[in-house]
Amino acid sequence: MASQSASVSEVRDGKTKVEVERPIVEFLRMYVRNMAAVVAFFVFMIIILAAVFLPMFVAVDPFEIVWLPITPPGQEGFLLGTDNLGRSMAVQILYGARTSLAVGGAAAAITLVIGLLIGSLAGYYRGWVDEVLMRVTEFFQVLPPLLLSMVLVALFSPTLETVVFAIGVVSWTGVARLARAEFMRIRELEYVKAARSIGSKDGRIIWRVILPNALPPLIVTAALTVGAAILFEAALSFLGLSDPNVMSWGKIMGDNRDYLLEAPWTVIFPGLAIFVTVLTINLIGDGLNDAFNPKLRER
Amino acid sequence: MHKDRNSPLLEVNDLQVEFKTRRGIARVLDGIDFSLGAGETLGIVGESGCGKSITALSIMGLVPQPPGRVAGGTIKLKGEDLLSVDERRMRAVRGNEVSMIFQEPMTSLNPVYTVGNQIAETVLEHEGLSRRDAMDRATEMLRAVKIPAPEQRVREYPHQLSGGMRQRVMIAMALACRPQVLIADEPTTALDVTVQAQVFDLLKELQEDTGTTIILITHDMGAIAEMADRVAVMYAGRIIEAGSAADILQDPRHPYTQGLISCVPHLVSDPPVQRPTLLEIPGVVPPLTELGKGCAFEPRCGSRMPRCVREKPASYETGPEHKTACWLADAEAST
Repeated sequence: MASQSASVSEVRDGKTKVEVERPIVEFLRMYVRNMAAVVAFFVFMIIILAAVFLPMFVAVDPFEIVWLPITPPGQEGFLLGTDNLGRSMAVQILYGARTSLAVGGAAAAITLVIGLLIGSLAGYYRGWVDEVLMRVTEFFQVLPPLLLSMVLVALFSPTLETVVFAIGVVSWTGVARLARAEFMRIRELEYVKAARSIGSKDGRIIWRVILPNALPPLIVTAALTVGAAILFEAALSFLGLSDPNVMSWGKIMGDNRDYLLEAPWTVIFPGLAIFVTVLTINLIGDGLNDAFNPKLRER
Repeated sequence: MHKDRNSPLLEVNDLQVEFKTRRGIARVLDGIDFSLGAGETLGIVGESGCGKSITALSIMGLVPQPPGRVAGGTIKLKGEDLLSVDERRMRAVRGNEVSMIFQEPMTSLNPVYTVGNQIAETVLEHEGLSRRDAMDRATEMLRAVKIPAPEQRVREYPHQLSGGMRQRVMIAMALACRPQVLIADEPTTALDVTVQAQVFDLLKELQEDTGTTIILITHDMGAIAEMADRVAVMYAGRIIEAGSAADILQDPRHPYTQGLISCVPHLVSDPPVQRPTLLEIPGVVPPLTELGKGCAFEPRCGSRMPRCVREKPASYETGPEHKTACWLADAEAST
């Protein structure tokens, strides 16, 4: 193990400077070994940059009618054609990317915060705290997530905030269970005992001692959660449960679903956008997983 | 080393700890008594599961509850009963007045922080120092535990250090606030023999400098011979023999202590004829939920008497400051 190389350095100490890799360098080295994850990372970066910057150079509003409806891709200078109302598909998808990524990111953040809070407290304190929090978690787990989020969006006004909130509320349970399991495992380790033996408070032990060690699987889950949240948002807006004034990939598909046969590109392109984005995110998650658990790769 | 017998620093009286198990209540500690003066070293020996570590955790106020419960007794540090103070006060005691070194140096350090950070944390918890001063103290402590190039090591992560070095870091952490009592729970079990001796030497040296009282928990009789002033031998939650280290090692009275000592392998046999058979104590420590009325060691004891099954032996004075809980000692005392 690591002790071998370290004991060699111990012998030579005082003279030789021990060459050691910083953890972040080690991590990157492991990540880079997964080619698919590296490609996915760059594709995802391109998607983000395009979503953030390209709309600034487009003079057209995504809701603006620019040509005849159902123009096939490539014709009349429309790269991806027009939809059933004559709106530019390319512009819609570009703006839709902003929504999808923003909603996905924000919903994943909410998921993570709720899940981490509930999971860490339950796993650390166990006993009745665990009992109560896990019953609450189970309550949310048994409700069908899509149905619950539809009800939530329908109940409140269909704005982006509501959608983010609805997705967050229905998807935190997995993170909570994972965080709980990690906390239960780590709280029994010697260095947590050692932290207690130097007089550290519970808050410090939870957030500064256990949490950093519990992060690797949680980061992987967070990445996958972003992908799941994007899918969720697409599902909701496909069903018409999203802000009607904001373009999103699910909404494009929903708006054009009646023209699936006459104008398949109106559904295929936004579908492809969702597919590629979620795929890259999942591949990144995979790469993170490999980098955090190098031993799992050697199968 | 000065030994002030009149006002003991740490006094443990009739300590009782119970654990709730599926098979009923296990009395893990059953009436532990000992007292320690400043600068003394007490060695606690016994097999796995005899309650050594729980004794240590009780003093730290870290007995896992549930399932554990301190059922009775007192633990007095300079007259203050640690069992009746609130959690807030106990946190102030831990790491500052009483601190502890754990058995596994490989897992006792948090892998995500540098060793300097972790030592500094102890200081920050108890003394109102700035981060920078705390880090300086960390470097100073690493130097005190004889880690080479402390200025560099202080910025390294635990995985970059060897087992012996990590144990030194643990000692540095435990001593950073100059505690009055240091509990070392099998500090060298996981280390190489050569490194073990270094760690013991270091502990002794630091004790001479700081006058810290050490409670050394071990099952290694060699460590006892090297380190301890006094020894308490534990079996199934009780101290069955206690006395000065010299007394216990040279003149053990309890059959269990005699057994423990004869289990230590000797390197040189003189004259070098055939290798003597390594002795063992037959059997294992009985489950604590199934202790009978009699002596807990009776089923394994070579010199058992009918009386041992019926009654628990009381503690008898078998010498100056030498106590033995065995009916043999009673027989000796009465004849």
